[in-house]
Amino acid sequence: MSIKLTRRQFTATAAGAALAAGSAPFNIGRAQSGTLKIGSIHPRSGFQAQLGIACQRGIDLAPRVLKQLGINANVEIMNADTESNVDVARARAEKLINDGANVLIGAFDSGQSAAIAQVAEQKGVPYIINVAAAPQITEQGYKFVFRNFPTAPMLVGDGLNLMKGVFEKSGITPKTAVFMHVNDTFGQAMGGAIKAMAPRFNLPFQIVETIAYDPQAKDLSVEIAKAKATGAEMLMPVTRLNDAILMIREMVKQRWEPKIVMSPGAPGFYEGQFYKTLGRFSNYLLTNVPWYNPRSSLTQKLLDEFTKTYKGELFELNVGFSFEAVMVAVNAHNAAKSTAGAALADAIRKTNITDHVMAGGPLQFNEKGQNVNIKSVTLQNLDQRPKVVLPLDIAEDNLTLPLPSWTKRS
Amino acid sequence: MPADLILTVAVQGILTGLVYGLMALGLSVIFGVVRVVNFAHGEMMTIASYAAIVAFGAWNIDPLVSMIPIAVLLFALGYAMQAVLINPFINRPEHSQFILLAAVAIIMVNGLLMIFGPDARNVLVDYALDSIEVGPLLIDKVRVITAALALVIAALLFAFFKLSRTGKAIRACADNHLGALVVGLNVKRLYALTFGIGSACVGAAGAMMTLLIDTTPNVGPAFTLQAFVIVIIGGLGSMPGALLGGVLIGLTEAMAGLFFAPSAKTMFGVAILILVLLFRPQGLLGRRV
Repeated sequence: MSIKLTRRQFTATAAGAALAAGSAPFNIGRAQSGTLKIGSIHPRSGFQAQLGIACQRGIDLAPRVLKQLGINANVEIMNADTESNVDVARARAEKLINDGANVLIGAFDSGQSAAIAQVAEQKGVPYIINVAAAPQITEQGYKFVFRNFPTAPMLVGDGLNLMKGVFEKSGITPKTAVFMHVNDTFGQAMGGAIKAMAPRFNLPFQIVETIAYDPQAKDLSVEIAKAKATGAEMLMPVTRLNDAILMIREMVKQRWEPKIVMSPGAPGFYEGQFYKTLGRFSNYLLTNVPWYNPRSSLTQKLLDEFTKTYKGELFELNVGFSFEAVMVAVNAHNAAKSTAGAALADAIRKTNITDHVMAGGPLQFNEKGQNVNIKSVTLQNLDQRPKVVLPLDIAEDNLTLPLPSWTKRS
Repeated sequence: MPADLILTVAVQGILTGLVYGLMALGLSVIFGVVRVVNFAHGEMMTIASYAAIVAFGAWNIDPLVSMIPIAVLLFALGYAMQAVLINPFINRPEHSQFILLAAVAIIMVNGLLMIFGPDARNVLVDYALDSIEVGPLLIDKVRVITAALALVIAALLFAFFKLSRTGKAIRACADNHLGALVVGLNVKRLYALTFGIGSACVGAAGAMMTLLIDTTPNVGPAFTLQAFVIVIIGGLGSMPGALLGGVLIGLTEAMAGLFFAPSAKTMFGVAILILVLLFRPQGLLGRRV
């Protein structure tokens, strides 16, 4: 069958097609302005799976809680799993953006977050980092990358300051310490920050040994034997979850009992799985870490919803920071009234939320996209759960030191 | 560096290495006879670990006890896998066998993820955190028990292959496949039996491993790789070689962790593998083909 097309018909058809093609981007813009598509990208399988799932819980709860507070949270959550792998994280971020995500939130791990940041910047899609501390991510001059989590130097600075507070409050000042850290992007960033910043803080102890270990280690017996041999009075660990469990288990086996075990700012000690696995041996360990403000009414609201939804699970910082990331995105969407990347990024840059979940000042971002108002607290594991013991104005319980003997615990 | 520290770390390394050896023994037995490389080895071990965790959680059965029924269970799984899945692939190219077992491994990992989720699980028996004092040395009790059991299981396996009629028949299959067929041995059945025995070793190792490390569905591939390194160092197909390879890796990693950087200890194990491949490609106790 042949179709005869006159010159006039051809011109009219071509003009119509050109008009349709030219207006297509505006159609997409209009279609997307109603609902904000949030790409939630976390390690939900692999060795960081538990932590990624904790982040995901904060994301999933956010729209419901925000709506209950009367905030217009018209969002659609799109989920992606990084499989605890940097390359997979990069590929999944690209896919989320290609599938229409207007904002990305993730990714718990510094290496994976750095990879996602490159993709987000290249595509002009705002990326809100919920948990990741490597400082270089917000030092690249990115315009679309924002971080609502302290950098490693911020963590270490707060951590070292709080250490002094712990020594003062307990009257126990160690003279020697061993620094053990997981040898990944986060661990190395923390190690570098401690090395660079410790002299400035005039700490009362000397770091007699630094031990780096494989993040996927299945056995830390050699590392603990080496640490114990130094006779140090304090252990300063920078861990993930599984290695934190291995570390304490090995300390019990090797009967190493330093006066203080205090993390300068790392996951592990305050996580649900840690308490479930180690029971009474999880008690009295200290962590200086950004944490939710137990006195905030918003925290209490979120905590209630969390407890109702995830019975038996622990509400911790990954949940809180992930919730806040959605809060930032929703706030920006409502302010910008658009889902366009540049408009959202501009709105995120102007964020100023005073009533929020995590301890510290208002939720704001500096010119590098970093929230510099987050403050750490000192947590101590008491009754097999983390409790704020410093600063005193938000403390939930009293500091208990020195560390009781492993064998004398009920 | 204090001598007691060096000695403690060396003893721990050897004990860990013996459990590694038992884990690799199954792989070596299967390859030595069936000439199929089990790429689902670590994943089968993870299944055994989860079985031990379930037995402990549901009925409070110590993994050192549950390892016996779990070994039987894994024997049945291995036997069925060989009889149903692998036998049709015996004469196919190696890449077909590889893809088949890699697919089985992926199914196992994802099945475990669906059933148990990604959380790390463990078994905390009363003696899990006990240590034994021997002079100045403080040795992990669980490691002593598991290493001793690894030696007992290996000895039983050697005795089975050396002394029993079935063991001798299996060795005959391994030495001369055609000859075994000519004298009327049921080679396919013996292959399935061997795969079952290798899997039973893995089952015992997996149950014991729950006392030493936390289990997640994703540890399987790491165990598969480690078992490969061990059997290649010891000699593919050599049972004493698997134990020797395990001890060598355990000791090397422990010493490397003590004298160099702990984060680089795996590198030293792999360095030994490269040296063996360069200077003794058949492995330390393997036969030159």
